[in-house]
Amino acid sequence: MANSFFGGVHPDDMKRLSCEKAIVSFPAPALVTIPMSQHIGAPCKPLVKVGDLVTVGQKIGDNDGLCCPVHASVSGKVKQVAAMPNTNGSLVMSVVIENDGEYTPCPNCQPRDSIDGLSASALVGIIREAGVVGMGGATFPTYFKISSGLGKVDTIIVNAAECEPYITADDRLLREEPERFLKGLRVIMKIFGLDRAYVGIEANKPEAIASVSALAGEDIRVVSLRTRYPQGAEKQLIQAITGRLVPPAKLPADVGCAVFNAATCAAVCDAVYDGMPTVQRVLTVTGRAIKEPGNFLVRVGTPFEALLEHCGLAEDPYKVISGGPMMGFAQYDLSVPTTKGCNCILAMTKAESTDEPNPHCIRCGKCVTVCPMHLMPLYLYKYERMNEYERMEQMNVYDCIECGSCAYICPAKIPLVQSLRTAKAELRLKRQKEKTLAKA
Amino acid sequence: MKYNLTISSSPHIRASHSTASIMRDVVFALTPALVFAIWLYGFRVLAVTLVSVAACVFFEWGYRRMMKKDCTAGDWSAVLTGLLLALVSPPTVPYWVIVLGALFAIVLVKQLYGGIGKNFLNPALAGRAFMMTSWAAIMTQWAKPHTWLSLMSNYTAEGALDGVTAATPLAALKTGALPDATIGSAFLGNIGGCIGEASALLLLLGGAYLVIRKVISPRIPLCFIGTVAVLTFLFPRGNDRLVWMAYQLFSGGLMLGAIFMATDYVTSPVTKWGQVIFGVGCGALTVLIRYFGGFPEGVSYAILIMNVTVGLLDKVGMPRRFGAVKEKGGAKA
Repeated sequence: MANSFFGGVHPDDMKRLSCEKAIVSFPAPALVTIPMSQHIGAPCKPLVKVGDLVTVGQKIGDNDGLCCPVHASVSGKVKQVAAMPNTNGSLVMSVVIENDGEYTPCPNCQPRDSIDGLSASALVGIIREAGVVGMGGATFPTYFKISSGLGKVDTIIVNAAECEPYITADDRLLREEPERFLKGLRVIMKIFGLDRAYVGIEANKPEAIASVSALAGEDIRVVSLRTRYPQGAEKQLIQAITGRLVPPAKLPADVGCAVFNAATCAAVCDAVYDGMPTVQRVLTVTGRAIKEPGNFLVRVGTPFEALLEHCGLAEDPYKVISGGPMMGFAQYDLSVPTTKGCNCILAMTKAESTDEPNPHCIRCGKCVTVCPMHLMPLYLYKYERMNEYERMEQMNVYDCIECGSCAYICPAKIPLVQSLRTAKAELRLKRQKEKTLAKA
Repeated sequence: MKYNLTISSSPHIRASHSTASIMRDVVFALTPALVFAIWLYGFRVLAVTLVSVAACVFFEWGYRRMMKKDCTAGDWSAVLTGLLLALVSPPTVPYWVIVLGALFAIVLVKQLYGGIGKNFLNPALAGRAFMMTSWAAIMTQWAKPHTWLSLMSNYTAEGALDGVTAATPLAALKTGALPDATIGSAFLGNIGGCIGEASALLLLLGGAYLVIRKVISPRIPLCFIGTVAVLTFLFPRGNDRLVWMAYQLFSGGLMLGAIFMATDYVTSPVTKWGQVIFGVGCGALTVLIRYFGGFPEGVSYAILIMNVTVGLLDKVGMPRRFGAVKEKGGAKA
């Protein structure tokens, strides 16, 4: 069963647009907008007010509970603390900083030569304070993933599959900075007390595989994965590498696995060795509407339009997406800032996107064949149209990982993922209502 | 930066195929069988096919328009139904009969249940069944292969095409005798029967094309044909099992039915195991009807009967839940 999973699709990966473009450091704009919520969990409360002077890496937001702090990505003056448009489509409390162009580092950010003397809990603390989150897009706080997995995890897996079409950020990172990536990975291995880890990379990135393999010792096994979407979905990656199946509504730690994105490992290295929190990341700007696609090291809070302007537009974009074409979010306002979880800005032309106003399911069953979670999307869709959400729950609609394989393959072009999302939201609302009624 | 940006749910890319492109592929796959039929019987069969296709598309368009529904006449599914309906009719079928068959298939079987994707019977087969029950004599008159039928020739009670009617291999098999035609000519198609069912070879080639294009999975045809092969091999009539089996496989509508009718998306199961049971069921029923039924041919009724089980088979074949260890009783809210 190794190196494979059930179902999946094989769209044109389109990585040729940007995979040969070396990472370029993108100059921060005059204003950066840093959202207080760049992770799954409680949003941060701003720790600064308008007029405050901040430095690069200074903590500007934090909160109790499952939360991950955010930091200033430039030095300068706080201009505004207000709810601003965000890539998730809603307004999010954000701190706007006027860039003074000095990039004065925060005095708290001190590099470390060695981490030998640090305990596991001290390292987890450093990772939390540095605001490291899962950088593959899910943005789950890394410190929490580590601390909740301690004692349960026997296998560490790095997700460098980068199975979404177009995106080349992790590919470039592994090609250009394998040392930084491996240093961060070894920190995570040290915390778990494990001496082995797997790095899963899709076979369509031979240079990245070679680059990491050359430096990885006995302790790190690079696995070449079948190029098939969604190879990088957490449960599918675990299935492909270890053969283990994460049970419904359970976490990878329940089967002894912890999965970290490649960029997350690099961010751990920055946090632990350089003492620098996550204030920048590599992202890909690409798509047919872009004149000069490329990979950039971008400071958190840089508006999309700055990057689009830099790369130039070949034609008016039809859709601008934060993330990849399979799971990314379509944007309506290009002033939205890049975040820790944003690995791609994709500007698509009308020709790349097809929609069907009156789709009719022809029961071809292709959605059943491709669903990596063994669902029957055509029936879920049918019940959603009939508002029979309870029946959808019985058919395990909550197992859906929203990878988009079903909607991609559907010849009738039915918006299956949208339909399933609607049902999940309706069910959640219903449960909430029931709870409040029970209380009253 | 202000652009007219479109907001929609992910995914933002789609596979390049569409309902129309898939239906078109099936039409392509059937073209060799149609061309072969023209070679066997002349341009009358092409005329029948064109009338059938035109009628199906017209009824599809007219019904959707009358009921003020979105137009689906352009999705090639009505074209395919028309083509299939012609291919399962005898070469001498009168034009008016096939038009009424098309009316039944498109309006009663397909549109009254909601149109494409909603019908529970295969429209072309249901149309044929309707024609069979309404005009049994007309529908069982078989022209001899290589008889050039004139465009306006028509069925009459005396067998208007004097001297051209002939018994099909299936009629012989029904009595337990082996047909006159050799197995080779049955495989290549030098035998009488419905317009499209003559050449097993060309139908198999069409099926291979559909499998390569990933339009159909070979599961249903293999299970269907395989079951017929096993059953006729195990229970032969006559001395030579293999010869008996080969005749059963290559005569009648088995290939056309197994490859092009039983794989109709709308009226076949969507799951792996559902498809296996469906195929085996079609095969078993075909042999039962051929051996014990009132008609020489059982393929179309076998498929129609299995069509009604599809809802159940989808449930039976439901894929196992990802990562589920063991079901703990019923689902709890």
